[in-house]
Amino acid sequence: MNSIARELRVETSVLAEGAAASLLETLREAADGHAPATEEAARMEEFVGRFPGWAALLADMARRSRSLEHTVETLLDRMTHDPFLSESLHDVLSTVTAIRSTAAILVETPDLDTEWLGRFHRNLNDDGERLAKSAEALVRYLDEGSSADVTGATPQDEFDAFLQANDFHFSDLERALPPDPSAMVRSFQHLSSAASQTLAEAHLKRYLLDVDHMPLQSFAEAAKQTGYDPAALAGQFGIDLPAVFRRLATVPKALLGGEIGLVICDGSGTLTFRKPITGFSLPRFGAACPLWPLYQALTRPMAPVRLIVEMAERAPRRFLTYAICQPSQPGGFDGPQVLKAAMLILPADILPDPKVLEREPDTMIGTSCRICPRAECAARREPSILADAF
Amino acid sequence: MGKRVLLVEDEPNIIEAIRFILQRDGWHVSSHSDGATAFDILSATPPDVVILDAMLPGRSGFDILREVRDTDETRNVPVLMLTAKGQVKDRELAEHYGASAFMTKPFANADILATVRALAG
Repeated sequence: MNSIARELRVETSVLAEGAAASLLETLREAADGHAPATEEAARMEEFVGRFPGWAALLADMARRSRSLEHTVETLLDRMTHDPFLSESLHDVLSTVTAIRSTAAILVETPDLDTEWLGRFHRNLNDDGERLAKSAEALVRYLDEGSSADVTGATPQDEFDAFLQANDFHFSDLERALPPDPSAMVRSFQHLSSAASQTLAEAHLKRYLLDVDHMPLQSFAEAAKQTGYDPAALAGQFGIDLPAVFRRLATVPKALLGGEIGLVICDGSGTLTFRKPITGFSLPRFGAACPLWPLYQALTRPMAPVRLIVEMAERAPRRFLTYAICQPSQPGGFDGPQVLKAAMLILPADILPDPKVLEREPDTMIGTSCRICPRAECAARREPSILADAF
Repeated sequence: MGKRVLLVEDEPNIIEAIRFILQRDGWHVSSHSDGATAFDILSATPPDVVILDAMLPGRSGFDILREVRDTDETRNVPVLMLTAKGQVKDRELAEHYGASAFMTKPFANADILATVRALAG
């Protein structure tokens, strides 16, 4: 039926259920949770029959609304995953809390004894200074960020924004009749430069190939059945590990049963693909933590690396990681060998047995040296700004 | 001796302010700042109420809460979770892991006192 749909240039669901069925399904989803509409659900077919134009408009508006909600969620999620911003706001709020509580005690306790009075005055003074420093650091950071958005966004930044805005999943490409990736990239507002469009186009073409080898539904089911084991999935679908890694990172969370992160780097260690997940922040600028299993894999092409890591954040979390580095010869037999490494990041809540993360981690890692609190780390390449500013 | 509160929080001046507020109300307050060892302290002599910050050095407050609820000796200890973020996700996590109450920073002194009193029954 997929082939017929492709030839006829229509959606498979239209062939299987008819156009009206597809419209009814969208309207049912729109009515879900809207009491008055739900009460009139029995008259939905009558509505579609009598007012097909209005019904189609309503369905389009519902789809558009869902898409916008999704965009807002993605942006909020992106803010959550910015580790420096998160740390800074936490610090500011904690200091404000201390100031507010202390000031209230001073105002509400007229008979405070001298010792407590002196102590609280000192605390207020210390917290005031700390708040000023935190606020300065935050403003400086936001200034840098906003000016970068206006003048200094790199093609990779635009490409990252494009992926995040789509939550790394392109449902259009999962259809029996996918659109042309070249046309798709021109329609995305995040991709303003030719260079970012080139990156996105290459990604979408690779995505299409992955869809062909690993169809969405069957892959998602197999992923859950194998406990998200990339090697088992590679064997089952007859595909290499990096492709399985990519596919695991593009299946929607709802289908997969949870979120899985992915980072990919080239031979220089530069991150070329970054999909963060809760508790495992990725650096917004510059290089990542040198202790990531990703880089261990980079030094040992084709040798799989499976490690439990603990990410240094204010609330440290453990993750199961799989990493692999694959060489290629795009320039032919005599051309240079090009390396690309990838690392999958699985949190406890997606693992069939989360207890595997309770044992001692193989490696203690951070996001990047600049914002890592592990002062004694043997692999540190520069001091942390957290220690200096806070 | 009054009822006992264990305050697990890593900001010294917040500890001092909460300690003052509760002690003045007759509570015996002890504090601990390290997430990694907080559960050991808590389970050794379970207090009447725990005030637990979500973001601690060494171990997340949510992880500690999960262990509190999974352990027979501490399962029924009332836990008030504090977080600086106040995000829906944090509230959901706190509820999921079994927090008895949830407050976001910055909080009012009167609110924290009223909540601790209510949790102690």
